[in-house]
Order: sequence, then structure tokens, then C-alpha cells
Amino acid sequence: MSATCRIRLTVNGLPVMAAVEPRLLLADFLRERLELTGTHLGCEHGVCGACTVLLDDAAVRACLLFAVQTDGANITTVEGLAPDGRLSALQECFRERHALQCGFCTPGILITAHALLVENPTPTRAQVRHAISGHLCRCTGYVPIVDAILAAAARLAANA
Amino acid sequence: MKPPAFDYAAPDTLAEVLALLARHGDTARPLAGGQSLVPVLNLRLASPGLLVDLNRVTELRGIRVDATGTLIIGATTRHRAVELSPEVARCNPLLAAAMPWIAHVQIRNRGTHGGSLAHADPSAELPAVALASDAELEIAGPSATRRVAANAFFQGLFATALGAGELLVAARYPAWPARRRCGFIEVARRHGDYAIAGVAVTVDIDESASVTATRVVLFGVGDAPQRAHAVEAGLAGAPLSAATIHRAATHAADGLDARSDLHASAEYRRELAVVLTRRALEQTLAPRRADAT
Amino acid sequence: MNALDPAPWIGRALQRTEDARFLTGAGCFIDDLKRPGLLHAVVVRSQHAHARINGIDAAAARALPGVAAVYTFEDIRALASPIPLRLGPLPGLERCLQQPLADDRVRYVGEPLALVVADNRYTAEDALDHVQVDYDALDPVVDVHAALTDRSILHATAGTNVGARYTVGKGDVAAAFATAAYRRREVFRCHRHAAVPLETRGLVAEWDARARHLKLWGAAKVAYFNRRWLATVFGLAERQVELIELDVGGSFGVRGELYPEDFLLPFAAMQLGRPVKWIEDRREHLLATNHSREMECTLEIACALDGRILGLRGELLADMGAYARTNGGVVPAKAAQFLPGPYRIANVGCQVTALMTNKTPVGTYRGPGRYEANFFRERLLDLAAADLGLDPAEFRRRNLLQRNELPYSIGKLCPYEEACHYDSGDYPVAFERALATLDYPGLVARAAAGPDAAGRLHGVGIGCFVESSGAGPAETARLVVREGGHIDLYTGCSTMGQGHETAMAQIAADALGLSPGAFTVHHGSTTHVDYGHGTYHSRAMVMGGSAILRAGEALAAQICAHVARVHEMEPSMLNYHCGAVVRRDDGRTLATLATIARDAAAGDADAHRALECVGIFEQSTRTYTYGTHIAHVAVDPETAQVEVLRFLAVEDIGRAINPLLAHGQAIGAVVQGLGGTFLDELVYDDAGQLLTGSFADYLLPTATDYPNVEAITLEHVRSTLNPLGVKGAGEGGIVATGAAVANAVAHALRPLGVHITALPLSLNNLARLLREARARRAV
Repeated sequence: MSATCRIRLTVNGLPVMAAVEPRLLLADFLRERLELTGTHLGCEHGVCGACTVLLDDAAVRACLLFAVQTDGANITTVEGLAPDGRLSALQECFRERHALQCGFCTPGILITAHALLVENPTPTRAQVRHAISGHLCRCTGYVPIVDAILAAAARLAANA
Repeated sequence: MKPPAFDYAAPDTLAEVLALLARHGDTARPLAGGQSLVPVLNLRLASPGLLVDLNRVTELRGIRVDATGTLIIGATTRHRAVELSPEVARCNPLLAAAMPWIAHVQIRNRGTHGGSLAHADPSAELPAVALASDAELEIAGPSATRRVAANAFFQGLFATALGAGELLVAARYPAWPARRRCGFIEVARRHGDYAIAGVAVTVDIDESASVTATRVVLFGVGDAPQRAHAVEAGLAGAPLSAATIHRAATHAADGLDARSDLHASAEYRRELAVVLTRRALEQTLAPRRADAT
Repeated sequence: MNALDPAPWIGRALQRTEDARFLTGAGCFIDDLKRPGLLHAVVVRSQHAHARINGIDAAAARALPGVAAVYTFEDIRALASPIPLRLGPLPGLERCLQQPLADDRVRYVGEPLALVVADNRYTAEDALDHVQVDYDALDPVVDVHAALTDRSILHATAGTNVGARYTVGKGDVAAAFATAAYRRREVFRCHRHAAVPLETRGLVAEWDARARHLKLWGAAKVAYFNRRWLATVFGLAERQVELIELDVGGSFGVRGELYPEDFLLPFAAMQLGRPVKWIEDRREHLLATNHSREMECTLEIACALDGRILGLRGELLADMGAYARTNGGVVPAKAAQFLPGPYRIANVGCQVTALMTNKTPVGTYRGPGRYEANFFRERLLDLAAADLGLDPAEFRRRNLLQRNELPYSIGKLCPYEEACHYDSGDYPVAFERALATLDYPGLVARAAAGPDAAGRLHGVGIGCFVESSGAGPAETARLVVREGGHIDLYTGCSTMGQGHETAMAQIAADALGLSPGAFTVHHGSTTHVDYGHGTYHSRAMVMGGSAILRAGEALAAQICAHVARVHEMEPSMLNYHCGAVVRRDDGRTLATLATIARDAAAGDADAHRALECVGIFEQSTRTYTYGTHIAHVAVDPETAQVEVLRFLAVEDIGRAINPLLAHGQAIGAVVQGLGGTFLDELVYDDAGQLLTGSFADYLLPTATDYPNVEAITLEHVRSTLNPLGVKGAGEGGIVATGAAVANAVAHALRPLGVHITALPLSLNNLARLLREARARRAV
């Protein structure tokens, strides 16, 4: 019914070219066409945050964007956060603090936490909670997630 | 929850946007941040034939202050840009105060100033701030551009003065008087949720700290942001003090249009209107850090 | 090797092995699974709460390009079988079972009417819009009182909306109440809410027609039971049906039970000869996945004037929704059984009525029936304490069971179970620990001092509980030693995020004197063990863990026997020690797991047989944890906002396999319970339409809501019912959250005359209570 559109973008540092139907959600484009299944769908109406990715370095909901809108954009998904297959400081701290249980919300929260620490390397506990308030986690109760992000901030500062 | 099929256009100029809206009429919807529209599409509550993506129209984006001190915010300016803008902090402290209450950072990274104003959700913060700031909304249409005062722009539940084929292009906030104080507060179920009730106030005082002008705007309570005229009348000419505020705020529910929904009854909203009006006004007792007075 | 020797791995806070894949987005959840030729299904769901179906016209839908099929009840009639009862078989509920698709009647909004299968999800949803259903609306029944009138009956064959009704008791309740100096009766209500895991349900079904083998991915919780039912329904042997568990995004009781889609997806795959995937979307999830907790309880307490509880009796009206699901009557049955809680109450009685209503069917959600019962009872205890002029903590102290009173019989308070005993514990220890940690007397004084500087009223509330765990009847673990001595550990238990891959490896490591890294844990799928049961009722460590011990013991004995045969020695001359078989006399190593594995790889059949064994642990008596929750709140009487200043959950779980994981369960459960008390609420209108149909209106707690939560995991009294000495840790953190918070808020608002007997403590509800109290004071 609607014509497909050609898009060219960068995903996790690699160039991507595709033809997409306008209504294809960015989350589905990443998961189905690029097989980057780390970005999860938990609600498809912008509330749960499981689909959060970086679009030109800003954390956004991939379920509220159409792939066709990302022509020329730079996208980072959870798969792009770990350099060379080693866990980042943030990922290490999540593991150390038991900041994940089922793991479904984790990729989205890592993306937001990553963006937070880039913008604000020394967040307060309250700032961390506000930054992740747009993410639902049903397993952990959030306390260990906040601890992990603060620990990562401290570790990154110590290593800087 | 996948959206129904639609055609898509992403023009580069406002003129092209208006031409598309004119040509396709009701079946075309402008797409700005998408944070309100895309959930509607995913839930299949709407089925537009054409989405006109505004995000490539550079002339719709940006924050500037003109020679008269008017703060002009382009319609597709992201909430996050407004939130972090030094111009906004300087030229409209009320707007700056309201920004962190809007949803969550991920929504603010994409949602737009004009999108929120045009959507006119009764629980949204920006329409109330616009009303309290005596803002003007700049509207482009097929034939002309016009400006509409905020109090004429917000007409009811999700209803604005935007006519067929028209697009909100900018919001204009008049220069902030040196002796203006402001206050902002809301009650929501959780941080970042739509307000059950909220209040945005501006209070202008003279050298003797008497109130020369005030705007007390309630949001979340009725179908659209409302001025609490009885409260404003109670403050006019009076010395700005806790006692005056307390007395005036008791009238916040007078003539108030209050709605009931899943999360709050009309009575609860009326009760909150009084309490929150008092608390928002109490914020004006102390000048904000950025104030000269 | 004695399992209770000082153990180097059990008890350590090891980081999880499973985390690596989740942190890098490499987990495999059901929607991540792709199969060649995959089709996508969506479910057509009823838009009416109660209606006759005159017909379903799917012609236009079938004609859409990309649509492979649309199935209605007519298509499945020959094979269709109602979703069975797995638990909680209250007599009467068997008349209220649900077919996988509605036939001529729908009974709740969201009930499946048809299945659409297409090339992709987008097209399938387009087709859904073209399916026309001809409904004749009937009067909906939306609450238990309307249901009781039987004016509109859901199940004609039952002839009543009373799904089941029974009475249980212990002692002589009538006499106790007749002679008691003090009695108090109240009506309490708990609201409908649900587990809402972050991953919705999903399935992929694939039928190999040549091999006559069905594979179903997306299993969880009780795969073996489900396989048995599916095999029967499709006329297959169990070995022809394979249920596969992938990574699971949380469950809390609702995922993995049999639902209509578990029949429909295999049916479609068999019909179409192609794999079919169905992923529930969030709107569907809120309509279709089990709801829970909605019940009303008229509870009465009889006491002596010194506060000793003489009797407790109740009438429970439980809203079951439109059908009895696999959990049967577990929710109300457990609510009744847990009414007495951790207290010395000789006379207990409860009448339970399970009512059918035109709403989503009900199933178990973390701490099923307990959350409700603890709220009812603990609220009533506070009211009684106030009447008797006793401090609520002191009132509880006088009635809490003491260590030397255990095992304590609560009698037969559940009709389908034998008499139960609280097996072991020291309830006052947990109680006093909770009170001391939060400085209970200090909080009482703080509350009594009046509003704080911001005008808020402070309150402190307590909730005590017992919680059963380790449901039987058995569990199986299978160990297979591979090349190099690495061991694949297969468990019949399922995992939904609890970290079993790590905790089970810790148990196996201690059982065999190896490191946890020597093991790979495989969970949930029906191919892993022959007789598995799954994960529910906090049983994985108790049952699954104990089975691993058994398997480890068996493996050690087995390889010793093998090496003895090879060396023509008596097995008693050999010892198994840390992966090696050594001579008792001189300590010489004769073989290791790796050398035996090498022999097996070289073709030695005896070696091959020696390297695999199964351990089964059987136990039908449950083991009880216990504890106390305590909450400190501040309430703004002008806005009805409540801040939970501090919440502490103390629970004795006997022994923590991994304290990091146990603590994580407690904190997660506490926050889930606090959300359930203030935010989560499934609201229906008079027409039976679900008003809270998305996350915009069904509210889950976020990071900013309850930041001040703590948990103390005690390992005070080990269980004597399993060789590990463990009790289950998954649910205790939620069960008394409603109770403690409600008591705290009631305590804070007592000076205003606010009376709390119902949940949720939403802003609107508290505002109404405050308004009503103000009006009463004004009179």
C-alpha cells in the first residue's frame, strides 16, 4: 500500500542500507532486519523503556520511532556498548551489584545509564533515580540498579 | 501493537509541509516528536493516510530571544533542548521550572515544544505555562500566518484554535519583567506521570512587594488549563505575604471546571486545586536564584 | 561426601554466570527466536464481557494478501479440550473451564475468539481489523455481590456463579466466639492486580510431520505438566512433544501455565506445516494473562482482655473471573489457609466462596492468597490492639508462636491438602530484629509527636507472616560428565530470572568438590530430565537443589563403582574426592572425571554409562519461612500523598545458597508489593470493560517511587525437611507489604479518624477516606 523508502544510517558504528515500509517501527527494524535482538519490546507505547536506544547520542524509545525517520542517523543499541566483546565498566558494575535478574529491562537501562554518565559523570543518587525513572523493572526493585550506576560512575572517574 | 499502514513524507521546508497538509486534508497528520502520536498509531486508535514528518524542517526548530526580550521557541524544538537552554532559564524561569516535570528524559529527548502545545492534553504542563506566561502561539496556514494568544488557543479537551491545514510553528513568550516571581507544582501518581492537578503561577510585584499582576493557572483539573480568576482577584493590589496567599488560595476551586477519571475524582481535583495553588504561590515568597530582586 | 559439611560454594555471594549474555543483549527470549518459514499469529479477542456469539465472519481477513489462515472454534472443535485444572481442585470449578476458543459464548473482554496467522505481525493485525464478530450482548456480572445474586449466570451447566464453596476449620470456633470477652469484625477488600512481568507471553510452535514431533518454545514454570496435556489433546506420546524453555523475562506465577494460546499455536503449526509464532502485546497481556488478588473478607477476631487471640473466623468472597484456570481455587484456598499466620490461634474457621464474574480469569501471583490474608489479618490485629489498649507490637508479641511450639499444626485449613504444620523457626527473632532495626519505639513516639515541619503525619506499621515453600512432590536433576570433566547439569526446574544457573552450580560444586565453573546448568525444557516438575511455590532450591545433591552423591558412587570394576577392587577401597577417584589406603588417584570421559569418548561403553546419572528428591511436606515487615510512612493529609520513608522486610529462609540472589529476591518482591499496595490496579467499568488497559493507566512502581527499601535475610533456623536445610526465598518479600503499609498509613491517619480496610491505598482512595473523615469530624 505505501511505498517503501530507502534509508542509510549507522548502527553500532557500521553503515546500514535498507528499504523499509514507513510504518516499520525502529525497534522492529533493529530486531528483525538487523537481527539486533538485544533491544526488547515490553509495551509498544513508550512507557516501559525496554526498547531504549541511542539516536545521535540521545536515549529514545525505539517503539515510538519509525525506521524511515532514522535516515542519516547514528544509532547505538546495547550490542554496541561493549567494546571488543569485553564488558564496559557499567556492565561490570551491573553484574557485581546483581542489578539484573531476568535481564529483559537491562539493555534499555544500560543505554540510558550510558547516556547519563556521558552527560553527567558524577550524578547524585537522586539524579540516577530520575534518569532511570522512565524504565520499568519488575524483578530487582531498582535499588541495585542505582547502586550499580553510581559504582560505575566512581569506577570511570577513578580510571579517568 | 503495530500501526496501520500509512504514506510518509519528510519535507525540508515549511511551505512544503503546508502544501501537503492542504492537499491531503483530514487524512494527513503532522509528526513532530511522536511521543503522543505514535502510541495512538500503535494502539490503532487512529489511521492517518499520510504522516508529514516535521523533523527535517530546520526553520521550525530553535530557541532565540529577540530585541524586545521575547523568547521564541520553534515548534519542533526538543523538550530536552528547552530544558537545558540558558536562554530559557534566563527569559522564562517558569518554563524552566516546569520542564523536568514533563514525562521522562527519554521522552523529552524526542518530544517537542510545539507538539505538546498542539496536542493540548489537559494534564500537560506546557499549555499551563503558556497561559501563565501570556504566550502567543504562531500559526502558519495555507494562506497566512497568524498569532493567537494562549487564552484563545487552548479551547478544550485536546482542542486548540488550529484550523484545517494549519500548523503551530512557534511559541512566543513575552519578556520577563524584572520583578516577576513564579511558582510551579503538580501532583501525579508517580514522578513523570501526567498531572492529576497542577498549578503554574506568575506574580508581579512593585517596590513595596504588593502584587501588581498575577496569573494563576490550574492544569490537570479540567479539560484545558484554567485561570483561577478569584484567586488572582484576591491577590491583586495586596501585599505578597503568606497570609494573603492563604486567603486567596481558598478560592482556587471557585467556578472550577473539574473532571473525574480513573485516577482522581473531581472532588479530589478541587481539593488539590486549593492546596496546590497555595503551595505554588508560597514559592513566590522567595525570589528565584536568577532574579535580580 | 556429606552435604552438610562446611561448604565452600554454597553461601557465597557469587556473581551470576548468566549475566554476561543479558548485559550484552545476547539473551534469547521467545521473540528473539527465528525459525525458517515462520508465520505470525494474532488472537482475535472478545470486545464484550458477556455475549452470545452468533457468528464470526473471517472471509475478508482470509482474503488479505499474506494471511495464511484464520481459525475459529469450528476449526478446532474436534480436538479442542478445556484448559484443565492443575492445582486447587475445589469441587465445582470443573464446571467453569475454558475452551481454547470461545464457541457460542464469550465471558470476558479479551477472551480468544479466533486465531489469525499471517506472514508477519503487521499484516496479521491488519487482518484482525477485518474479522467481523456478531455479538448479542448479555448482562455482565462485574463483582462478587452481583455474581452471588445469580441474576446473570456465566456457566449454564453450573447453574450458578458460585464456582465453589466450602468451609474449613480447626478447633471450636463457635465456642471460642461465644465465650470471648472481646470480639471485633470488619469487612476487608483487596483489589484486583497482577504480576505483569516485563516480557509478555509468547510461543513458537513447530510441527515436523514426517517425524511426528511437536516443538513448542516459550515454555516456563510447569513444562512437564503442559507437555502431558498437549500430548493427550493432540493424540501424541509425550516423547513426541517437546517444550523448550528459553530465557524468560520474569513470571511471578503467571507465565507458563496453560492458556488458550498453548493449544492454538501447536494447532496452527500442525495445520499449516510451518512454524508459527505468537507474541502477546501489552494490551493483550493486561486482558489475557491471569489476574489475581481480588477478594473480600469479613473477618472476625475473638480475644481475651489481655490480648490473647482465642479465635479467628472469616468469610471470603473471591472474584475468580470468568473461568477456572489451571491454578483452580489456589488463590482463595491459600488466603483462607494463611489467615491465622504465625500466631497461636487454637480456633480458626473460614468459609470460602469462589465466584465467577465476567472478567479476566484469575491465577496465582507471587504469594497467592498470602498477600491478601496477611492484609486482612494484620489490619484486624491493629484494630483489636487499639480497642484493647495494647501497643500493636506488644499484641503480636503475646500471640506469636515461640520456637518451642514448632512444629505447630494449623490443621486442615485447605480442603485438598492434609493437615499442615509450620515445621521450624523462631518467629520472635525475626520480629524483634525488624522492630529493633527500625527503632519501633522511636517511630511510635515520632508519630505521636504530631505533624512534621511539612505538615505530614507519620506512622509505623507491622505485618507478620509465615510462608510455605518447597512444594513437592519431587524433582529430578541429571548430571552428564563431558570431555575434560566438564559437567552438564540438567534440572526439571524452570528459571525466570532468579539466577538458578548460578545457584544450582554452587550446589553441584559442593556436592562434587568442584568449582561452579565446572558446570553448565540447563533448565526448564522437557528434554532435560524424564520426570520434572518445574518452578513454582518457591521450590527450586529446596526441591531442585536437593535433587542436585542426590545426583551428585549418585554420580560419585557410580564412578567409584566403575573405577573399582576396572581395577578389580572393592568399591569400599576407593573414595571420590573433588573430581577424582582415589585409593583410601595410599591416596593415589586412579581416575578423574576427565580421564573417564576420555575413555568414554574412545568408545568405552561402561565409562560412558558411568558418567551420567539422575538424582531424584522427594518431599511432599512443605517447609515454612517466616518474618516481619515494618514500614515507616509520612502522609500529607492535604494531598493524600504517602512517602514510604523506610521499609524493611526480615525473613528467615533457613539457609541462603547465594546471599546476593536471596537479597535480590527480597528487594524485588518488596518493591513489587509496595507498587501493588499503592499503584497497581485493574479497574473494570459496569460493562465489564477493562479501563486500565495499558501502562498509561496500569501503573507499575519505578525507581523514584520506593527508594528506601531494605531486606534482611536471616539464616537462623534451617529446614529439617531437605538435605540442604534451605527454605524458599522467592515470595516472602511480597506477602506482608500490603499489611505493613496499610497499618502504617492507618497509624498515621488515626488522629484524623481515618479507617482503612481496603486496598489499594491509591491517592484517590486516601483522598476519599480523608474527606469522609473530615465530614464526620465536622458533624
